[in-house]
Parts: sequence; C-alpha cells; structure tokens
Amino acid sequence: MSKSATSESIQPQTDTGRRNLLLGVTGVLGAAGTGFVAWPFIASWKPSAKAKTVGAPVEVSIADLQPGQMARVQWRGQAIGILRRTDRMIEDLDRLTDRLADPDSSQDQQPQYAENTYRSIKPEYLILNIHCTHLGCVPEMLPEVEPQVFDDDWRGGFYCPCHKSAFDLAGRVYAGKPAQLNLEVPPYSFLDDDRILIGVDPEQGVS
Amino acid sequence: MAKAASMLSKNADAFGQWVDKRIPISSFWKEHISEYYAPKNFNIMYFFGSLALLVLVNQIVTGIFLTMHYKPDAALAFGSVEYIMRDVEWGWLIRYMHSTGASAFFIVVYLHMFRALMYGSYQKPRELVWILGVLIYLVLMAEAFVGYVLPWGQMSYWGAQVIVSLFGAIPYVGDALVEWIRGDYYIADATLNRFFALHVIALPLALLALVVLHLAALHEVGSNNPDGIEIKANKDADGIPRDGIPFHPYYTVKDIFGVGIFLLLFAFILFYAPDGGGYFLEKDNFAASDPLVTPEHIVPVWYFTPYYAILRAIPDKLLGVVAMGAAIFVLFLMPWLDRSKVRSIRYKGLGSKIMLTVFAICFIRLGMLGTAEGTPAETLESRVWTFVYFAFFALMPVVTSMENTKPVPERVTT
Repeated sequence: MSKSATSESIQPQTDTGRRNLLLGVTGVLGAAGTGFVAWPFIASWKPSAKAKTVGAPVEVSIADLQPGQMARVQWRGQAIGILRRTDRMIEDLDRLTDRLADPDSSQDQQPQYAENTYRSIKPEYLILNIHCTHLGCVPEMLPEVEPQVFDDDWRGGFYCPCHKSAFDLAGRVYAGKPAQLNLEVPPYSFLDDDRILIGVDPEQGVS
Repeated sequence: MAKAASMLSKNADAFGQWVDKRIPISSFWKEHISEYYAPKNFNIMYFFGSLALLVLVNQIVTGIFLTMHYKPDAALAFGSVEYIMRDVEWGWLIRYMHSTGASAFFIVVYLHMFRALMYGSYQKPRELVWILGVLIYLVLMAEAFVGYVLPWGQMSYWGAQVIVSLFGAIPYVGDALVEWIRGDYYIADATLNRFFALHVIALPLALLALVVLHLAALHEVGSNNPDGIEIKANKDADGIPRDGIPFHPYYTVKDIFGVGIFLLLFAFILFYAPDGGGYFLEKDNFAASDPLVTPEHIVPVWYFTPYYAILRAIPDKLLGVVAMGAAIFVLFLMPWLDRSKVRSIRYKGLGSKIMLTVFAICFIRLGMLGTAEGTPAETLESRVWTFVYFAFFALMPVVTSMENTKPVPERVTT
C-alpha cells in the first residue's frame, strides 16, 4: 500500500496487455456490429417481395400458333419466344453441328428435360429466353434459309444486332461469335397440348 | 461622409477579426488562394482544372433544379423528362445545360489528364494528387453512367442492360451480383430508382469529397508546371518561391479568361447542337425504353467508347471485362511506371514523345471504333489499338529509364 503514495501511482504505468485486449475486443465486436447493421442496407437491394411476385409463372396458349411462327411473351421482364418449328427447321438442326460452339448443349443453359438436339420437351415447340447470352440484347429471328451479309450459308436462326452473335433455330450459338453460350431455355411445362406454363418445371413446381 | 466610411470599414475589420478568432476564414483564404504560390509559367493546358470545377458546379446547380421536376419511376421517368423539355419554363435550357455539361465534363477532364501525362504531374511527390484524380475519374464515370439511365429512353435502358450484365462475367457470384444491382430479374423500376439515388446523392457526395482531397493534396505539394521543375527549390528571403506567383489575383484572372472562352464554346453547343450530333445525346434515347425491342446499334456515350472498343476487341466475355477494367486501373500505376529523371515531356527523350503521341492517337481511335458497328475489319483494328494501349504502359518503365533526357533548366522558362 505504501506504493500508492509514490508519483508513479499517480501517473500509473499503462497496462498494455489490458489495453490491447480491450482494443481487440472492441475492434472485433465493432466490426461484427457494423456487419450486422450493414446487412439490411445491402439486402434492401435484393429483388423485393413485390418483384418476386411479379416474377410469377406465365401461362401461354399455343393453340393458334402456326408452323414457323413465333409468339413472344414476357416472363420476369425477359422476352420469351415460343417458336413452332416446321419439319424443315427440325431436320436442319442436325446438320449445323460443326459450325456451333456447343451443339450438344453441354453447358448448363437449359433444364435437364431440354438437354437434347431440339433443346425442348417436344421437338416441334422451342421455348427460349431470347436475350443474347453476350450482353442481353434481343436478337432478331431470321427464319428463312437464305444468304445473309454475315453468313452466306444461313440456315435460319437468330441474329443479334448489338454485337453480331448468331444462333440457330434451337438457340445454339454459332462458333466464333461474341456470345459463347447457347440461348437460355427457361423452365417450362405443358399444362396440356395447348397450354404452356413458363417458369414452372414439369415436376418440380415453381422455380 | 469620409468619417462614416472609415467607421464602417473599422467595424467591418472588427467583425472580420471576431469571425477569424472563431473560424479560420482569412488564413484559409491566404493559404489556398491569395498566398498559394503557383508556378508563373502555366500555359493553356492549365485551364482545365478550374474548368472542371466550373462544370461540376454547373452539374450540381442544374441537377438540383432537374430533380424538382424529374420522376424516378419507370412509368413516369421518360414522360417527366419530356415534360421538363416542353412544359417547364426554361426547362429545356436547364436540361441541356446538364446533358451538355456531362460531355463537357469529360472533355475537360480528358484534357486535364493529358496535361498530367505531358508534364509528369503524377511523379513524386504528386502520386496521391494523381491517384485521387483517377478516383475522381472513376466516380465520374459511374455518375455519368447512372445519370444516362435516368431519362429512361431506349439507349438508357439497353446501355444499362449491357453495362450491368458486364458484372455477370465475374465467376461464381456474377449472376447473383447482377440481380442484386438490378433489384429485379431485369432492368426495372427498382434499378431506375436506385440509380437515381446514386446519381443525386451518393456519387456526388463521393465526388465532392474526392475533389476536396485532390485539391488538399495538390496544395500540400504544390502545382507542377510545363517545365516539371520544383519551384519550391528556389525561394527568396521571405520563403516565397522565386518562380511562384499568388494564385489570386494572377491565376484567378487567367482562369476567368479561360472560363470566358469555355462558356463561348459551351453556349454554342448548348444552343445550336445540344445533342452533340447524336454523340452527347444519342438519337435512340429520344424513344421511350422498351424491354422487348433492342435498338439496332447499341453504343455507349462517346466518353466510354475507348473502353467499349477494348471490351469488344476481346472475344472472351470475362477477359473482355478484365481488359476493360485493367485499361482503367493501369492509370493508378502511372507514378511508378514512369522511371524518368525528368518530369516534363519537354526534357524527355524522343521515345517518350513518340509514345505519348501514339497513345493519344490510340485513345481517340479506340473511341471512334467504340462507336462503330463492329465489322471484322473494325474488330481487328480495335485489337491492334488495344495492344498499343497496353503497350504504352508496359513499355514505359523500359523507355523512360533507358532514354537520354535533355538537361532541365534551373528556373522555369516561358
């Protein structure tokens, strides 16, 4: 107790161990707290409940669709094309293999049930998200077999005006184009022969 | 009468002193304006710093008035801009001052940056002045991008679509990141609304803070000059650089002259070609946005096109985005890439002079290619210039450390 009278105890030595512990604990807890407080602000940028609701499945009637005709609908703000292919179009799909980047659809750009040459459940009907996989523009459909400025041997397909990517009538991308992935096939299912539900897998329900 | 006047000035003095004891206004004025000694040999290239400040003020003032009429709502935005243009009194003028101001901002900033490259203004001890400047340029690009989305025309919409989807190229988190930025499954009202918040609050605050830091760093180390020599190395008995003159009144007067010339050109574009021939405001942006119809030819506004050309030159999406990012981030390295003993291009060797000239041509040519349609020949040319762009930075340490420089004068020349 006699120590308390000395000048040293009036200006006590810094207990650096204690100070570092307090600094460390304050720092860690402060960082954790900042993280918790930041989360609501970061999460507020995620699609809202309303946006999710609006993103609900879309039902399309295909009863009136003629061969060679494509209907367009919007699902989650994306342009979705429903193309009823002619026999010629279906037969051509096998012939283009060596000009395509991913003819067998090995990249994960379609649900499992569309992992075939036609990239669809029924060969006749192609359901396609027609936003270019390069930077999201909407390619034009040029269905006829005729020479184009960008391709002398054009067999019909989609051509993107933004960056010149080209896709065949199954949405498979031609090799050597800015886009490297096939057009995406959205989840869809047939309600019956005349009605398609976009946004719902055949068995799994809403995606 | 004379007595009353002297009383008044005495009172004014007393008031000044009263304020100064409480907030250091007059010492701040002295330090940064009336007794900030800048080299006496500034030339025409030294107008663009103060002009950038002028344009910043223009953007803030016109921007504040635009927010009074603009509606950041996907259903109303395009109409509200047309309303400003047609129905709000003088609305067209305020809007065109803002949109032309955006392009003017980049013209002025690009010339300001070129000045720094010419005279080595990024070299020691001005590394942080340069780095803060590049940060300002980055924030300015973000500000301009989100601002261009607000009129919600076709080019606003599809430009946003293209730029936002660039983030999708990032492995693993890309898709989630894009959805987070958009706040929806596509570019939608949520996107517009948050871009508005960023454009009018978050990014301007960041910009102003960076401008303050940029000037604080500049005034700490002092301005460079066309000779690239340190005026602080030669001071008179009072500690004032012999080659320095007070910023006020000498450079305030000079800058006001520059402002006059600038406003003449600015007003000419404002009144006779407010869309800048389709370069300042693209023609497609006078049509309302339509998520189902892509314009035939999507190009960003001119000030982004050099980087856009680099993006398009590279056939791989991820590598394209990486190259575009690298093209901007390599600017941060300038202070350490330049190994020259001298700062100014006046005293550097022939190699540096050729490189800087080629780089300027390269940047302009990439900008032109970025607006082009992208034929195979154009793509090939873009690749060549992309290579040249990066070669400028890669070769700089070699060229600047090997070349013969000219002797630097003791005092600034005119």
